[in-house]
Amino acid sequence: MAIFPKFRTLAGAGVLASAALLAFACAKRPASSGLLSADAAKAVYVAPGQLDEFYAFMSGGFNGQVGVYGLPSGRRLKTIPVFSQYPENGYGYSEETKAMLNTSYGFIPWDDTHHPALSQTNGEDDGRWLFINGNNTPRIARIDLTRFETEEILEIPNAGGNHGSPFVTQNSEYVVASTRFSVPVPNTDVPIADFKKRFKGQISFIRADEPGKMRVAFQMLMPAFNYDLARAGKGQSNGWMFLSMYNTEQANSLLEVNASQNDKDFVAAVNWKAIEACAQKGVLKNVAADYVHNFTDEFTREAKSTTLTSVPQFEAKQCPGAVYFMPTPKSPHGADVDPTGEFIVAGGKLASVIPVHSFPKMLKAIEDKAFEGEIEGIPVLKYEATLAGEVKNPGLGPLHTEFDGKGYAYTSFFISSEVVKWKLGTWEVVDRAPTYYSVGHLMIPGGGTMKPNAKYLVAMNKITKDRYLPTGPELTQSAQLYDISGDKMKLLLDFPTEGEPHYAQAIEAKKIKDRQVKFFKLAESKAPHVTRSEKETGLNRDGRKVHVRMTAVRSHFSPDNIEGVQVGDTVLFHITNLEQDWDVPHGFAIMGAQNGELLIMPGETRTLKWIPRKAGVYPMYCTDFCSALHQEMQGYVRVSAPGSGVALSGVTSRGPQSAKAAGAPKQ
Amino acid sequence: MPKIARILVAVAALLMSAGFVLPLWRVDLIAPQYPEGLGMLIRVNTVVGVKEQDLNSINNLNHYIGMKRIEPDAIPELKYMPAILGTLVVTALLVALIGRRRVLYVWTVAFGAVLMAGLYDYWKWGYEYGHDLDVDTAIIKIPDMTYQPPLIGSKQLLNFVATSWPASGGWLLVLASVLVAVAVWQCVRPTVPASPTARAV
Repeated sequence: MAIFPKFRTLAGAGVLASAALLAFACAKRPASSGLLSADAAKAVYVAPGQLDEFYAFMSGGFNGQVGVYGLPSGRRLKTIPVFSQYPENGYGYSEETKAMLNTSYGFIPWDDTHHPALSQTNGEDDGRWLFINGNNTPRIARIDLTRFETEEILEIPNAGGNHGSPFVTQNSEYVVASTRFSVPVPNTDVPIADFKKRFKGQISFIRADEPGKMRVAFQMLMPAFNYDLARAGKGQSNGWMFLSMYNTEQANSLLEVNASQNDKDFVAAVNWKAIEACAQKGVLKNVAADYVHNFTDEFTREAKSTTLTSVPQFEAKQCPGAVYFMPTPKSPHGADVDPTGEFIVAGGKLASVIPVHSFPKMLKAIEDKAFEGEIEGIPVLKYEATLAGEVKNPGLGPLHTEFDGKGYAYTSFFISSEVVKWKLGTWEVVDRAPTYYSVGHLMIPGGGTMKPNAKYLVAMNKITKDRYLPTGPELTQSAQLYDISGDKMKLLLDFPTEGEPHYAQAIEAKKIKDRQVKFFKLAESKAPHVTRSEKETGLNRDGRKVHVRMTAVRSHFSPDNIEGVQVGDTVLFHITNLEQDWDVPHGFAIMGAQNGELLIMPGETRTLKWIPRKAGVYPMYCTDFCSALHQEMQGYVRVSAPGSGVALSGVTSRGPQSAKAAGAPKQ
Repeated sequence: MPKIARILVAVAALLMSAGFVLPLWRVDLIAPQYPEGLGMLIRVNTVVGVKEQDLNSINNLNHYIGMKRIEPDAIPELKYMPAILGTLVVTALLVALIGRRRVLYVWTVAFGAVLMAGLYDYWKWGYEYGHDLDVDTAIIKIPDMTYQPPLIGSKQLLNFVATSWPASGGWLLVLASVLVAVAVWQCVRPTVPASPTARAV
């Protein structure tokens, strides 16, 4: 604590003040902010029937999904399944969606999402797509925001822990993915003790501006450090990407001690336009790699996986001018660029100051060759040569900074559990607000772009202890909403979140809400098993496989009774929702199915695979309360012993229906 | 015919011709399940949904009460109506061209008769759809309940409030009728002799 004398005084004053408050109001708990509760309630009250002003997209952390919330109410609107199977809507269970979770390691039902990033046009969030990283098995997903649906996932080769990802350039040309763990490249069986010799870091730039065509444009091999967060340059610094890194000690065990030795680690400044020029000169080599790209076509609505076998790669030193290191205290997490593109703010987890680098000074330092050394061919700039200023005694454990576009920055402090507002240029702290407790990232709508909309700030907290009704050993994480429209931050609301939101994005609702897909047009469907009307329904047997082409419409399935299925058959229910109206999904479930249910949007075709294990009659029904006669929306499948003579047939509203191509089942 | 009457009839013809492009009538259905509403537009030659899929949705809902599907192809009037409207427009232009009062009077009677027949026909289709329910397949059966939408105005039909009004083309037709009426008035009103002073000038 000795390094924070001022802070200690402040904390001391705080303790005294709270003691006084407690004494004063022992019968009643004091409100946790200076704002009167009634005023705060009014500020976040969205009356029944009214809509929120912002969409917030929060990563689900270890649930592998994205949570969608409305601001300022904090109401949860949806969970978008991304890297994890989602029984609620059959994502990763239905035959059409399973391929989204394919990787070079096979089908993986889970991942860990950290940093959502909205697509940008001219440095402003445009609301087309949301990108998010899969941390554990390195991947980047693109979510389409007209459908709130994961449309594309690209695996990142030669990465271990895709944490520093995905940060977007100002026209969504690229999203970046840097590796948290350095790993052997290519990944082979080597002693871990050979870390310094055999391991590599890497930074990948993913071309992401065209749906279905996400690809690694180039992958730059870097020294074996741990790479952390990033932010693209903007305005004057457009064309650059700034990435933080730690463990420049190159430790490979007990990192909490061994990677905390150096007083300074680095922020890397990567000139991606220079790399594009190097690529033109043939610096990139297509190196063998094994990774997978998954894409759901808009009209077939079926995910397909493609295995890729090479990646365009180069070593940083092969492209002079591609990358520089800026020494930065200490084990930095955030590397955040202000809206003008001039300042790069580093959140050194163990630093006693917030260092701010200047982009113009950095350019000058490069020009003057103000280097203090070189690491694997990468010039290390002098700290003083790039430094714009330091925020002194800001707090403990700075992590991440966003901006209000009015000359102020807001930094989260994990250890001292607070948000600190400070002024760019004078580097003075102007306000602090406690968080409950231990804030990780914070988020201002557009706060990482050129056009922040700084009405609110959301702090994402890791510890909630006494903030909500307790729920056993595991407690919820929380988000706290602050009004930052005035000089002082005002806490308005805290609300529990799903999973662990590491980071979030928020955008004005009007940029998204009027572009929503309401249903899929049946006439435009290219689903391979689409059934456009009840007349087209039917069954057929192909050896041990039984295809059921079925329709769902309020309030019946067609066919709704099926006979002739045999134990051990693979039954594929291809169900088309014939509705052509908003908010009329139908569900489908059958007793004993070992994968899950289907939730079928209007005009969509989804397939459930079912292998009955025992003879008998199996009920099936609609799982989404679709209509007044939803409870009547049901049917049966009769399952007979193998080799039974029961003919494959279905009953529809138009009478009995027999199998179209009734090949005898092969026993 | 005074010049003004001829102009009015010609303008009425133009207004009527808008009926080829603009919808004549509109039925809106609002229910708790459909706060945004479902609707039908009756055009001179077809019936369409206000939103592309509305007609399909209305038909799907109508199966609960055993109502027949509204299929524009099965309504023969929609095949004749463009010819009838075309005839009205052309003959109105002829009336304006010929400029004879008697021709205007005859045409006006015919025009009125066609409008009345049209409204009656529309009412009759509504009556048939609303009453001719298939009792065998109807899911919701309420004794004595029928589902005829109003000709003009609003009516509660189960959970739906059905509202029926002329649409833009229909309002232009109403305006055309007013112009024709004014034209007829211009022809029948006693002519005021011009003042002698005015004549002297």
